[in-house]
Amino acid sequence: MSALTQTALLTARQARQGMRIPVFMVMNLVQPMIWLLLFGQLFRTVVEIPGFAGGSDVSYLEFLTPGVVMMTAMGGAAWAGTTFIQDSDRGVMDRFLAAPTSRGALLSSTMAWYAVLGSVQALVVVGVAWLCGARFPGGWGGVLVTLVATALLSCLVAAFSGAVALVTRQQEALIGVSQLLILPLMFLSSAVMDTALAPSWIATAARFNPFDWAVVVARDALAGFTDPGLVWSRLALLVVAVLALAALALSAFRRRD
Amino acid sequence: MSVTTDRSGGGVAIDVAGLTKTYRGSRGAPAVRALDGLDLRVGAGTVLGLLGPNGAGKSTTVRVLATLTRPDSGTAVVAGHDVSREPAAVRRAIGYVAQRPVTDPMGTGRENLVLAARLQGLGARAAAARADELLERFGVADAAHRLVRTWSGGMARKLDVAMGLVHRPQVLFLDEPTTGLDPDSRAALWAEIARLASVERMTVLLTTHYLDEADRLADRVVIVDRGRSVVTGTPDELKDALHGDGLTVEVADEAALARAVEAARRVPGVVEVRPDGRVLRARAASGAGTLPALLAALDAAAVEVRTAGLSRPSLDDVYLRHTGRSLDAAESDAARAAGVAA
Repeated sequence: MSALTQTALLTARQARQGMRIPVFMVMNLVQPMIWLLLFGQLFRTVVEIPGFAGGSDVSYLEFLTPGVVMMTAMGGAAWAGTTFIQDSDRGVMDRFLAAPTSRGALLSSTMAWYAVLGSVQALVVVGVAWLCGARFPGGWGGVLVTLVATALLSCLVAAFSGAVALVTRQQEALIGVSQLLILPLMFLSSAVMDTALAPSWIATAARFNPFDWAVVVARDALAGFTDPGLVWSRLALLVVAVLALAALALSAFRRRD
Repeated sequence: MSVTTDRSGGGVAIDVAGLTKTYRGSRGAPAVRALDGLDLRVGAGTVLGLLGPNGAGKSTTVRVLATLTRPDSGTAVVAGHDVSREPAAVRRAIGYVAQRPVTDPMGTGRENLVLAARLQGLGARAAAARADELLERFGVADAAHRLVRTWSGGMARKLDVAMGLVHRPQVLFLDEPTTGLDPDSRAALWAEIARLASVERMTVLLTTHYLDEADRLADRVVIVDRGRSVVTGTPDELKDALHGDGLTVEVADEAALARAVEAARRVPGVVEVRPDGRVLRARAASGAGTLPALLAALDAAAVEVRTAGLSRPSLDDVYLRHTGRSLDAAESDAARAAGVAA
């Protein structure tokens, strides 16, 4: 049986489990809306600062939407490693590993599930923003590229979370490491604020921040591809980062015994 | 279950030589030598019982054979494949039922089985058919569409075993399959394992610390103690090696016991005579042949007998003989050691 079929089977299992916890699904949809509406209100006037990205043509809600899409995706996928820890604690992981289950399929199914979840959330966020008056010149093409960037970021963070889980094997350690990384990644980026107006070191840090790559891709795609070179180069960087972290997580699998 | 030696004619299904494994102690605890040169051979199509107390190395042995743990040294070949060099081939040949539950509580029984079957390479239709067949056979078909988290412990354990069987493996590992089950569930699972071994001609390696379980299911028994195999043989061979049956005679009053012991020692074939309260204990090569002579001798010595009994030696006697401690004492030793380590 191919690793691809196994990935599909294991992704379906994760989806089934997720949907059996209604609170999990509801929270996953409510949380991005809270962020969108809360940040949207709190920072509404920052667009009036002279020099803010896009000038007076862009509302803060329009600026914020891609940021919230990616914050939601990263916040969700940071929990991906929990699956490995739970499965290990329940003996399910041993059963998978004693069977001819592809280690790659175990990893990629987790990445795939969070990519799907993040994409659905992205659609909801963009939809709610549109209902609140935000307009995206990028149209459906922009939305599609946003979904691709969301999926890549979800895979990246899920692979990282999985690697941490496989190495530490402790829920507490996973939460600690995730918390330590997520907030700096979120705020060393243009998710809620134009980095051109922030201290220059933040703009520099953002340039090396994969989270910001995804935000930049989505923002430019939704705005109608004003800088296609930026979109494609950041997407390529995200693909490379996903492959690197997936390789790292796979080596963590091999270290188990 | 009867021992049929001709079933071992099909070659060796599991061949283990000189296996060692030391677990690093965490947070300053001393390292634990789980396996210390363990040897093991299991004939194809037979049931081997790995008998020993907790901490003897049974589970580590099974984890090495199931490719979940790498040994420090030694070799292990399962179904013709080396566990270190060809783990993928081993994984296709084996079924593994761990000591702990291995089912996914957030999936239904049927989902668990179908996924296990498909991961083993069965097609969608074959996997569904096999899942239904096993749910029926283990008597849990009624609960097939309920989340496993709502199942009773006995039902979930049956599902664990069914998961290990879903792809008709050549070699099945059962790590303490009936620990924690009530007597009815245990008897039902025993019957199913015995049936599998004889009808499906599967090689089964069963670890247990229940003597009656090894006695009931295993063609051969290996007693392990402190990471080594101490003795091996069929349950009957091991018991016969103890030379004879146990004889117990309860006398009416303790004053008569000294007289009884003296009389018993003069009866041909009666050995190891010793008093124990109001009971006289002894051994004899053939208990059934010797008991009448013993009773006649006691009668002649005017000893009034309350009860007389004859017992075949148990595997507990075998364990005591080869390790110098009873299985119960070894268990509490291990529990104490674990308490110190923790």
